[in-house]
Amino acid sequence: MINIEIDGQAVAVENGRTVMDAAHEIGKYIPHFCYHKKLSIAASCRMCLVQVEKAPKPLPACATPVVEGMKVHTHSEYAVKAQQGVMEFLLINHPLDCPICDQGGECMLQDVAMGYGGVGTRFTEAKHQVLGKPLGALISAEEMSRCIHCTRCVRFGQEVAGVMELGMANRGEFSAIMTFVQSSVDSELSGNMIDLCPVGALTSKPFRYTARSWELSRRKSVSPHDSLGSNLTVQVKNGRVARVTPLENEAVNECWISDRDRFSYEGLNSAERLTKPMLKQDGKWIEVEWQAALEYVANALRQIGNGAGAEHIGALATGTSTAEELYLLQKLVRGLGSENVDFRLRQADFSADGKRAGAPWLGMEVAEIGKADRLLLVGSFLRKDHPLLAHRVRDAVKKGGQLNVVHSADDDLLVDVANKAIVAPSDLRAVLTQILAALAESKQAMLSNDVQAAVAGVVPSAEARSIAGSLASGSNVAVLLGNFAAQHPEAAQLQRLAQEIAALTSAKFGFLGESANSVGGYLVNAVPGVGGLNAAAMLDQPRKAYLLLNVEAELDTANSQQAVAAMKAADLVVAMSAYKHGAVDYADVLLPIAPFTETSGTFVSTEGRVQSFKGAVKPLGEARPAWKVLRVLGNLLDVAGFDYDSSEAVRADALPENVAPALNNKLDGVAVSATANVAAGLQRVPDVPIYATDSIVRRAPSLQQTRDAATPTVAMNAAELAKLGAGCGDSVKVSQGQGSATLVAKADDTLPAGVVRVAAGHPATAALGAMFGTISVERA
Amino acid sequence: MLSEQVQAKTDRELKKYPADQKQSAVMAALRFVQDEKGWISSDDMADVAAYLGMPKMAVYEVATFYHMYNLKPMGKNTLTVCTNLSCTLCGAHDVLEHLEHKLGVGLNEVTADGKFGIREGECMGACVAAPLLTVNNKRICSHLTSEKIDQLLAELDKQ
Ligand code: SF4
Ligand code: FES
Ligand code: FES
Repeated sequence: MINIEIDGQAVAVENGRTVMDAAHEIGKYIPHFCYHKKLSIAASCRMCLVQVEKAPKPLPACATPVVEGMKVHTHSEYAVKAQQGVMEFLLINHPLDCPICDQGGECMLQDVAMGYGGVGTRFTEAKHQVLGKPLGALISAEEMSRCIHCTRCVRFGQEVAGVMELGMANRGEFSAIMTFVQSSVDSELSGNMIDLCPVGALTSKPFRYTARSWELSRRKSVSPHDSLGSNLTVQVKNGRVARVTPLENEAVNECWISDRDRFSYEGLNSAERLTKPMLKQDGKWIEVEWQAALEYVANALRQIGNGAGAEHIGALATGTSTAEELYLLQKLVRGLGSENVDFRLRQADFSADGKRAGAPWLGMEVAEIGKADRLLLVGSFLRKDHPLLAHRVRDAVKKGGQLNVVHSADDDLLVDVANKAIVAPSDLRAVLTQILAALAESKQAMLSNDVQAAVAGVVPSAEARSIAGSLASGSNVAVLLGNFAAQHPEAAQLQRLAQEIAALTSAKFGFLGESANSVGGYLVNAVPGVGGLNAAAMLDQPRKAYLLLNVEAELDTANSQQAVAAMKAADLVVAMSAYKHGAVDYADVLLPIAPFTETSGTFVSTEGRVQSFKGAVKPLGEARPAWKVLRVLGNLLDVAGFDYDSSEAVRADALPENVAPALNNKLDGVAVSATANVAAGLQRVPDVPIYATDSIVRRAPSLQQTRDAATPTVAMNAAELAKLGAGCGDSVKVSQGQGSATLVAKADDTLPAGVVRVAAGHPATAALGAMFGTISVERA
Repeated sequence: MLSEQVQAKTDRELKKYPADQKQSAVMAALRFVQDEKGWISSDDMADVAAYLGMPKMAVYEVATFYHMYNLKPMGKNTLTVCTNLSCTLCGAHDVLEHLEHKLGVGLNEVTADGKFGIREGECMGACVAAPLLTVNNKRICSHLTSEKIDQLLAELDKQ
């Protein structure tokens, strides 16, 4: 520890820390622009100049390491004079457009100028002008004359987003922040640059000129879009969500959020919102009162229960529903006598059901990912599925960790990958078996019965050996199963293998988690019990009645073709949804429910963090929180235990006080097959594009204009494509079962042979069948 | 794609730096491109970036920072006149004016026959020889007078 004195106050900090760190330690404010606690030191703005005794000149606090006995004055006359001098220079070229600047009221430059700026200027020459730059649909860089060249945005790209999209071109007074030849900023974390920019140079394009910061009231919330549960500040003006910014939580999202979390709010105000209960009568939709709609539903359910039997009722929900909603949904269905309830809509393999020791989860804290020295990532489109967990993984690698990847696509993770095995989906199991065999061989370890037969006689490939070698050499190993692995038709076996690999390498292992309540859904038992049908079985063996909670059957399911067919054939489909969507074609009742900003609720994140939130605004139109809708339905149907008066009361029943004991990835009794898969024909490799994951983002216009939201292509490696006589850019027809889609072909040599990458969750591919499985491609 | 010669020269540079710091060779690589083509297009920058495994924008930053890189075609002979303080005091602007008059083009322009282009440069660290210009960043012509400039132009014209 080094002892120094700041403004007469003693403070001890670790060696290597800076005067700025020491000042923060004791809550002393030093004005600054380029300094940011999460970014490297640039020391380019000079605003943080302080007086250090015995130093011949003022020193920048952010870049001056502490030295034993140092005496610092942050507000002495000498220091303030230096700070005022810097301020004067910064303002020389800064436009005086605060009244029309979007940053006004939350601008660091404005604030610091209040404290250190002069009232006039001694600079009479012309101010320089920097032209605006087009950066894409999310960030506006129209007023680049406001830039003070702190390079925070540049460092964010390099150090956090993992890709340097913005840079500072030119020199001296011509320096300007821009992208390489006018390309757009495409990082899935790009919005954070808006927060980081201390002035109004980078502003939010969707939010610009819609509100002043002081007109906004701020409410805490939690992101529904991925399993991390990023903490959000939902900012409201006139009863509408006007923007969303991060709420700092070091253990979860640090001070960042993904663009999906930041800009999805536009979908909340979409014209497609369902605002009135609707009934289909004689093929026509009519608006009705809540009472009528709910009574209709109750009667219809009662009829089907009494007639065909309760087992003909099935309930499907998305994992973006709150724990309270999921809990009441399963309680309602069970109260009617059916065990058919599920939220794992994109899963294909349910053979682990009944064999799990607890709810599948991350198996570690989120922060631990960044500390792992060896990682094995199995089946994950990491960057797009989990933008901020990808940042944690990059962090781990930056600290010297080795990342090993087993997957069916080789997207750039913006990080060095030590070893990778990119194989067709049907070979994932074989690769994991080989890694396990290599580990067992080198460790001379006994394997459990479940995997013994599969490993016997397996000769590991060179890649499998290097992955095994990498994992074996670590002391803090993490094995992570991504969404692709969870949705894979052999998910249970993949999990079993991962568990065994983890055991041999003393690793922590778990699932990254598909959605906000992937863990919560298990905890509130929104999964079928004995004799019940899971999500796939409910669609494979069509039911007479379906209750859909937030589900767009044509987009949210593992087999959209089959799902839509089942819906169309059913006698009753009740769609509880915030939007009018494909359900208008197959539903009988549409019940407008509130999205996450309009209801209170709880998400249990992938690390088992239980986060409750309150509604930020009133429900739109006649929409109602789904927990209330379900409560009334429960009462109308005389199901016991539905007299809740608040979502907190529901939560108290739904979730245990402490969820930790309920989390367990252990799987026993899933035997890993010893026979190799034989692939017939081309296999589909499905990703769920980042802006197609749930109904809110699908309706967020700005996100839909980004590159990540482009219409899916049919990607194959060039050799495979040549076999079809097609080339990059040609139109091709992909078909599965009765459905087909005509899309543009793309050559992608990072894909293994025998696979076709076609996204799921997108309207352009909704006519296709199973996410995993064979798919045929022909020239269109 | 960088030409074979540029690649070979860049490879030689790369030997000077640790294997994981290939971007150290960026200035050299850009210089080789300019020596070959006379200027550096953004496609060339992208090629250099790919070759050195660095972000395109980082190459762009370097290429736009140093004034000796030509970001557009600047003729067979790029005449860069130093206009920093010492040279200015010793008549750099007369040099410029004379050049412009003789060649019939202005600053940052190229003669119609593509032989000459005029640029403005920063201090070459040779103030003792002011006023001065460089030819293609390779040769310094010092203590310039109108006669010396005429001689130089005539000589270069013949090449
Ligand atoms: S655009 Fe903003 S963040 Fe980027 S350098 Fe300029 S002032 Fe800093
Ligand atoms: S904050 Fe220290 S130099 Fe910018
Ligand atoms: S000012 Fe021209 S060489 Fe120094």
